[in-house]
Amino acid sequence: MEDIEHIEKEVKLIDAAGRRMDGRKFDELRPIRIEAGVLRRADGSAYIEWGGNRVLAAVYGPREAHPRHLQDPARALVQCRYNMAPFSVSDRKRPGPDRRSVEISKVISEAFSAVVFKEQFPRTSVDIFIEVLQADAGTRCAGLTAASVALADAGVPMRDLVTSCASGKIEGIVCLDLNKDEDNFGDADCPMAVVPRTGEIVLLQMDGHLSYDEFQKVMDLSIGAAHRIYDMQRDALRRRYSVTLEDILKDAPRSAPSREPTPPEPVPSDFDLGPEGI
Amino acid sequence: MQGSGSLRPIVIPGEAVGGPGLKPGPGTFSENGEIFAAQLGVRTERDGCVSIIPLSGRYIPQRGDAVVGEIVDLGPSHWLVNINSPYPAPLHATESPWRVEFGDTSRYLKVGDAILCHVLSVDEIKRVQLTMAGPDAGRLQGGMLIEISPTKVPRVIGKQGSMVSMIKDLTGCQIYVGQNGRIWLDGEDLPTAIAARAIRLIEERAQAHGLTEAVRDLIERSLREQGGPKDRPRE
Repeated sequence: MEDIEHIEKEVKLIDAAGRRMDGRKFDELRPIRIEAGVLRRADGSAYIEWGGNRVLAAVYGPREAHPRHLQDPARALVQCRYNMAPFSVSDRKRPGPDRRSVEISKVISEAFSAVVFKEQFPRTSVDIFIEVLQADAGTRCAGLTAASVALADAGVPMRDLVTSCASGKIEGIVCLDLNKDEDNFGDADCPMAVVPRTGEIVLLQMDGHLSYDEFQKVMDLSIGAAHRIYDMQRDALRRRYSVTLEDILKDAPRSAPSREPTPPEPVPSDFDLGPEGI
Repeated sequence: MQGSGSLRPIVIPGEAVGGPGLKPGPGTFSENGEIFAAQLGVRTERDGCVSIIPLSGRYIPQRGDAVVGEIVDLGPSHWLVNINSPYPAPLHATESPWRVEFGDTSRYLKVGDAILCHVLSVDEIKRVQLTMAGPDAGRLQGGMLIEISPTKVPRVIGKQGSMVSMIKDLTGCQIYVGQNGRIWLDGEDLPTAIAARAIRLIEERAQAHGLTEAVRDLIERSLREQGGPKDRPRE
């Protein structure tokens, strides 16, 4: 008979060598890739892959605020919509805004409110859309980081990019950037967003409990990581707008549209239109 | 800086672009005596004033701008014009070149018409008024309309209009460039298409050096290949 009392119930999140389940050390980030300007119709856009997270961000505006009664005659509104795709999590997520996504939308829009020069665009709104395509813990941080790049890509004047990262506690050890298992089975998670240039904190939330010392460590880890992510954001924007003259001459259209447009070929009368043809 | 392959450094919001002794210009802000970029763009310095030429962004109307607008609504004594900005822009009947009777606005301009007009005034809460006074202003008939990013308009116009007048000379087209990024072109079909293509090239590669030459090259090559206005019998 098996001794069910001594079966290990919990997943081992950190091994004896201090390595986490995915092989990271306590202060390591998951791999991050950011790309700016991925959508054509939006004024600005960005796509981020952060570990298993895949998030798309789009920015519109400043544009006329609707409904009209929301308009502020002195400044622009910064509105945000965070949304998770039904297929972004392992169980199907019921589509539409829920308590969680409404909250995240609110805190993200407030984070951006702190950096955008709203007074330059009275009566308008800057709309930020964050679509989570695949979630793997830390989507609000990934979304915020991408939205910040999208906002810069849209040419919205702002004091600095906003950079976001989470840290938490797993098995009593403070760690940077928790993944899904660490988030689910860990002790605490603390996402934050900072303005790297000034060190201002524009978003700070916590799930679980941390002692004062642990909280200090979490802050240090996240702020340190934010500066590394900041460089990636800036790099993404630079890549988007870097073209040399060689590129111009190479990509320049070789010729203008031909003078005589080729007439469309006449359809023979017995042409088979297929089963749908009448 | 000049020369093929070189490109101007791009600044990112929050990047330091100047210290004390310089003045913050458009696209920048100062904090504790230091100047930072507020927008994604290219840094320029002139007369001790640092400014950022933005690479993207919306059109914000300014007094005196020439804009190409589309009529979107009619009132008894005004037209509402879409000028591609976040703000609605009314054109009052008294600012039109016609004597408009009250309630008779639809006789002169209908919804969907394109007009060339100027920004008469913009107040502190960005209420815009348009005017059609001026020799160029009027309803646009024929030709084609293309839309580019408003931030690229200065490049399309060039220094003292050098770029746009070069395109005009080479293609023989009539071109009006609105500050809001809408460009109206009129002329023979082929040269107009080539001019539109040239403007698209400027828009795509606005921040590169040697753009004027690349554009001239494109137009001349296209005209040669397709048989430009010079090879054709003029009617």
